[in-house]
Amino acid sequence: MIDISESVMQFLLAFIVVAPLVGAVAALLPAPPGLKGSGPDRAVLRHGVTVTGAILVAAIVLAAGFDHDHPSKIQATTDISWIPALDVRIHLGIDGISLPLLVLTALLTFLCALYSYFKMPAGPSPKAFVALLLVLESGTLATFAVLDLLLFFLAFEMVLIPMYFLIARWGGAKKQAAAWKFILYTLLGSVVMLLGLLLIGLKSGTFDMVALATDNGRGLTSSVQVIAVLAIGIGLAVKTPMWPLHSWLPDAHTAAPTVGSVLLAGVLLKMGTYGFVRILLPVTPDGMHTFAPYLAAFAVVGIIYGSLACLALVRPGSKGDLKRLIAYSSVGHMGFVLLGIASMTPTGVNGALFANIAHGLITGLLFFLVGAVKDRYGTADLDTLSGATGAALYGRAPRLGGLLAFAAVASLGLPGLAGFWGEMLALFGSFDPADGLSRPAFLTFMSIAAFGTLLTAAYMLMVVRRVCMGEKREEPQLADVQTYEFAAWTPLVALTVLAGLWPAALLGLTDPAVQKLLAGGKS
Amino acid sequence: MTTAVVTPGAVTQDLVTTAAENTTSLIQSVDWLAIAPPVVVAAMALIVLVTDLFLPEHRKPLLGALTIGGLVAALALLVPLRAGDRSTFCLNAAATGPGSASACSYTADHFALVIQALVLGGALLTALLSLGDTRKLPAGEFWFLLLSSASGAALLPAARDLATLVVALEVASLPAFALVGIKRGDRRSSEAALKFFLSSVVATAVMLLGVSFVYAATGTLHLTEIAARLDDVPGQLDTLAKAGVALTLVGFAFKTAAAPFHFWVPDTYIGAPLPIAAYLSVVGKAVGFSGLILVTVIAFPAYADVWGPALAVLAALTMTIGNVAALRQNAGRTRSAVRLLAWSSVAQAGYLLVPIAAAAYSSDEHIGSTVAYALMYAVVNLGAFAVAALVARTSPGNRLTDYRGLYATRPLAALAMAFFLLCLAGLPPGIIGLFAKVTVFSAAVDAGLGWLAVLMAVNVVIALYYYLQWTATLFRAPAEASEEAPAKAREEIPAEGAAPAPTRHGAPASLTVAIALTAVAGVVLSGAPQTVLRFAAVSLF
Repeated sequence: MIDISESVMQFLLAFIVVAPLVGAVAALLPAPPGLKGSGPDRAVLRHGVTVTGAILVAAIVLAAGFDHDHPSKIQATTDISWIPALDVRIHLGIDGISLPLLVLTALLTFLCALYSYFKMPAGPSPKAFVALLLVLESGTLATFAVLDLLLFFLAFEMVLIPMYFLIARWGGAKKQAAAWKFILYTLLGSVVMLLGLLLIGLKSGTFDMVALATDNGRGLTSSVQVIAVLAIGIGLAVKTPMWPLHSWLPDAHTAAPTVGSVLLAGVLLKMGTYGFVRILLPVTPDGMHTFAPYLAAFAVVGIIYGSLACLALVRPGSKGDLKRLIAYSSVGHMGFVLLGIASMTPTGVNGALFANIAHGLITGLLFFLVGAVKDRYGTADLDTLSGATGAALYGRAPRLGGLLAFAAVASLGLPGLAGFWGEMLALFGSFDPADGLSRPAFLTFMSIAAFGTLLTAAYMLMVVRRVCMGEKREEPQLADVQTYEFAAWTPLVALTVLAGLWPAALLGLTDPAVQKLLAGGKS
Repeated sequence: MTTAVVTPGAVTQDLVTTAAENTTSLIQSVDWLAIAPPVVVAAMALIVLVTDLFLPEHRKPLLGALTIGGLVAALALLVPLRAGDRSTFCLNAAATGPGSASACSYTADHFALVIQALVLGGALLTALLSLGDTRKLPAGEFWFLLLSSASGAALLPAARDLATLVVALEVASLPAFALVGIKRGDRRSSEAALKFFLSSVVATAVMLLGVSFVYAATGTLHLTEIAARLDDVPGQLDTLAKAGVALTLVGFAFKTAAAPFHFWVPDTYIGAPLPIAAYLSVVGKAVGFSGLILVTVIAFPAYADVWGPALAVLAALTMTIGNVAALRQNAGRTRSAVRLLAWSSVAQAGYLLVPIAAAAYSSDEHIGSTVAYALMYAVVNLGAFAVAALVARTSPGNRLTDYRGLYATRPLAALAMAFFLLCLAGLPPGIIGLFAKVTVFSAAVDAGLGWLAVLMAVNVVIALYYYLQWTATLFRAPAEASEEAPAKAREEIPAEGAAPAPTRHGAPASLTVAIALTAVAGVVLSGAPQTVLRFAAVSLF
């Protein structure tokens, strides 16, 4: 859109990855005298808002300077040798696939920092909180910006420690167990992934993702590809998470503070699906062909399983936790993303990437809202919340209720909102999968997944009924949406509507890049 | 250049050379510069021992300064050798016949230099850790023993014949027994020394038996010659040669504390003075590993099909046993911190064994991964011990629970400790730990040892649990007086000696320097991992 010189673009991308780290170190230092604010705690929280804000601005400028006519081209590239012994290069760059995720990450982290400035989760000092948040941001941004397999692994690992501490220190009930489950589970996955990455790198002689994608698996034998996809796929599937490797997710979400949940669902899960698209599809196409039907089958089971789990949680008397419910709904949504990827068609993969972004926006919003409900009612337990008839949020806090209903219908995939396009395209992709994949099998998967959308609608509407509606009791009016909450949520609402009404804005970015990746680097 | 006289034939030639018996050209020039690092350390050991006799009690700290000076000088002497092309005490061409003149007893190649840098640096940091601690110990003996052991450790990686190797190993080990037991009147210290001594002596005996078998089968002690002659051992000697190889390896497995020969480690570490435990965990291990590398890769490549799988199994056992035992540590037990570091060092030895096993399956270059990993491990493990020494000053019980809230009292030490532990675990921000693990994984994957790589992956996850738990403890809110564990701790303190009430007093400068050195080294390496990882990509011999 705007013409920005390549060197400025390079700097912007490097700045986006490195600045949060610098900011994290700065957060640990005492505040400079001029910036004390109303106390050290406020000062450091404000520091967090400033840094994430600067990153967001940089990301938006980067997106504006991105050459939208050639989204399949890797832009703003930096390529420096870092560890020649391991053939690790600091290779950064963005294309139409990574740019939306990069901006989404910058946006969600900024909104989280803003939200915590006004509503710091209960726990130890905000200093460490801000530092960890910034390290987390750097790790996720780096994951989407690097083009080297080992750097990808490094970035993938970088988020573990901050997320562990965010859950273990600022979380709710059972936070220790949940944090341990999160980090041990995902570390096991990512170390297994490392084995697959090393196998690819050693057999093909390079760790460079661009070179490997251009090779399109020609330098790797089928058996190597199959083993590599199995190893890398397990690591990514744990992160995504794919049924049956999802069991860390509900606990982590239930225990995490609001901000942690938002980032976990909005950004961290995307690292898994991004890896599928960026690494497995172009680098090991034969291996993906072998595993695609299984991946699709697990994805579909995940859709149904997630929905059924949510239905079970939403039933009266089941003591369902709202955060847990949304976590399970994430398993279902991620099932659609995986189904789209497994179809190995441009349609399906585009749908997957779209659903990725949509899920980040909508589920991020949902976690914010549920966090707000939990703060107001003191619990996220559905039975306690709703009592005999319902929590009557419409009556007690109409704006909050309205927003929750909006997010719920967006999440169930109402046409005109962001949730719709991704799931529909994923289903389309599965309707007509890539050559060599069994069409009858994928048709079956498609129909089961379509049934899953019905179940999703069922539990989301039940959530709305139990939380938003109900008989208005003689209770004090709840605080409705505050200004800072509006500030944190409005961008998500606006983007959800925008992506729903104008999907071409996003698909125009991803489609050429996806076409190129699937065609083996030839555009 | 000075000249020295060397005995002829394929007999051992050591630093101590004996008089000539024959008349022909037996005069051989000795490259004094090449052997300078171990010699300087050995000479300084003698100087310290003699000086100790003439120093009044209040001047004893001078000995520590002398020790540090000697170690720094030895380190500095490595610099002119950096080309890595010197060797000395070579067999005369006349003695071995033409074409095999390359057999030398002392070679300062890159491998030797890197390991020498590691052990001398390790000894230097140990000396720094001990500076504030030696008041309770007999200073003269302590510094003499430390320097003697370090000279043996520095000699070993350069040794290229089995006799020199065994002598160097013993020079490194014997003073270590005394160092472990140097706390006079401490029952645990004596017990630790005895355990260490017995297991080590058994290892030496077994190794000597193996060496003699190998000598019987090949008729030479020079590693390169052994390699050549093992290729075609006469049929009737084949069993003898195989047994010799196996027994030699068992001996080194004892020294490296590989499972199932690891049982002495935890008791020895907790019984020894803390700096000595650090010394054993880094320098002692480096000695064992460089010996193992030398015999396997240089002397016994012909039997790679024997020792390759054996080392792979040892590696798997060692890391699993070490990690599982570390996992089961009771945080409230006395000295649980050192105990945990002891078990973690056993587990880390397992990772160090992986590339050696991989070298049996593909190329020798994998050895570099072990060297790179050992360098990373040396830096961060010494750092962790340095922080442990700092904490031990205020709470001699050195329980894991004593680390609770360290961030509140000593933020920098706590951050350094967190960094060291995460390096050991191999997770960012410990980037150097992560990439060191990546090279080890890469060696295993390259050699086709998929099962070992997967097992190691599981072990990395197990290890994360206890490392991260310790890290998390550092940042918890400080324990209140109401908690009973510290209260009990104070009652037990008298057993440890004269410990004042745990008040916060400033850290001694030497400890601060040690922590700062290791922390800075770790951070610099994390920014530029190539500094150590370059050894993983080239052949070091």
